Amino acid sequence: MSQLLSERRGRVLTLTLNRPQARNALNNALLEQLAAELEHAQDDAQVGAVVITGAGRGFAAGADLKEMAQRDMVATLNDPRPQLWARIERFPKPLITAVNGYALGAGCELALLSDIVFAGEDARFGLPEITLGIMPGAGGIQRLLRCVGKALTAQMVFSGEPIDARRAQQAGMVAQVCPTALTLEYAQKLAATLASRAPLALQAAKQALRQGQDVGLSQALTIERQLFTLLAATEDRQEGINAFLEKRSPDFTGR
Amino acid sequence: MDSLILCDIQQGVMTLTFNRPERLNSFNDAMHRELAEHLTRAERDDEIRCLLLTGAGRAFCAGQDLNDRNVDPEAGPPDLGYSVETFYNPLVKRLARLGKPVIAAVNGVAAGAGATLALGCDIVIAARSASFVMAFSKLGLIPDCGGTWFLPRVAGRARAMGLALLGEKLSAEQAERWGLIWQTVDDAELVDTTRTLAQHLATQPTYGLGLIKQALLAGEDNSLEQQLELERDYQRMAGRSADYREGVAAFLARRPAQFTGK
Repeated sequence: MSQLLSERRGRVLTLTLNRPQARNALNNALLEQLAAELEHAQDDAQVGAVVITGAGRGFAAGADLKEMAQRDMVATLNDPRPQLWARIERFPKPLITAVNGYALGAGCELALLSDIVFAGEDARFGLPEITLGIMPGAGGIQRLLRCVGKALTAQMVFSGEPIDARRAQQAGMVAQVCPTALTLEYAQKLAATLASRAPLALQAAKQALRQGQDVGLSQALTIERQLFTLLAATEDRQEGINAFLEKRSPDFTGR
Repeated sequence: MDSLILCDIQQGVMTLTFNRPERLNSFNDAMHRELAEHLTRAERDDEIRCLLLTGAGRAFCAGQDLNDRNVDPEAGPPDLGYSVETFYNPLVKRLARLGKPVIAAVNGVAAGAGATLALGCDIVIAARSASFVMAFSKLGLIPDCGGTWFLPRVAGRARAMGLALLGEKLSAEQAERWGLIWQTVDDAELVDTTRTLAQHLATQPTYGLGLIKQALLAGEDNSLEQQLELERDYQRMAGRSADYREGVAAFLARRPAQFTGK
């Protein structure tokens, strides 16, 4: 059985982390498969949005500790993981994570990397690295900081203790809390809605969202305006506006 | 040594009996641990479809055993938060979250945490001679075991304040008149009434009953709009249950439904 299940329904691709016996721990092989699947989906015009979820009761409980324990400082310096994470982050289409149960360590970092997090009522988010004598190393601190602010980030990173779905939603980390049995379904429903939007507009909006976080406001506004201008050259913009004025559904082509 | 909690499982009903009659079934740490173990089984065992709580002897439960709480003048102040956090709070949460109905058969006095614990059960039936005493205020304490949450919700603010601040004994009949509990029955009928009810519930669509419980509890905090969304979600889940299919099929075929609880 593959460690990563892939299923496409309509324009939505669902990727399921499938190492339930290891609580879906994100080892290098699994991250590699995830990156490869996303790169494949990037080139596939039939895929409009991607949902990542976990098989079994939890999302992903961290990295693979056995793998990590074997790496000394020199090996860690040349670790392929940062490259794997960077490949995952480059995915330009909407990425939704549907989180039930534990999203810890690397699992939490994967959720933070995604654009939208849907959480089951039983979901728990945490960065327990500190309890192992290490610290988050795949964006956990930086992305959490930008997402929930300093106070909660420091509490979570220093204590290693997880927060529940409601708290995560209040803090701005989770878009929607769902009954656990419906989390994936609702995430897929949203993904289907997103996948019906104009692909280039989605891509530009995602880019504005990402790049805007790294720069000052005036530069971010410039980036946003440039991307906005870029869309003026697309056929889908014409189609979108025409369809609205003619009171019909738009038929986007991704051009 | 005798068990501090007697456990009996029959026809889908788990009956747990607080069994320290000489101490009016008041809680000590060992009793909490036994109760927690049985609860774990109630949570995991699909064959158990209803939980019934009652007390041995003349009391239901007199709350915390104060013999364990003799404050040593030499030591610093006691940390009562510890036992609340370790024992009472998980107990209340687990009973509320349990996906099956929980009945309290209040056979005699329910005082302190014993009273507030009963109020947290889904259906409370009391013997006519039973009583509820929010004894906390007499010791300088506050109603725990969910008391300050449940009391105003079941009794209304005015009565909750009166009951909690005065700590006076409330008869079972008055509790029923005020809507704190479901029913009062003659002492001799308590066992039969509650057993019959529990056995009935154990044949019902347990999954759906569990969702009803969760929905009503969530409603205590939700706005109407939030609650309507929750009803949509839970109805969606309930509609996928085997028991819903069976219920509809039985209705259309005009036969009694055979629910499995799934």
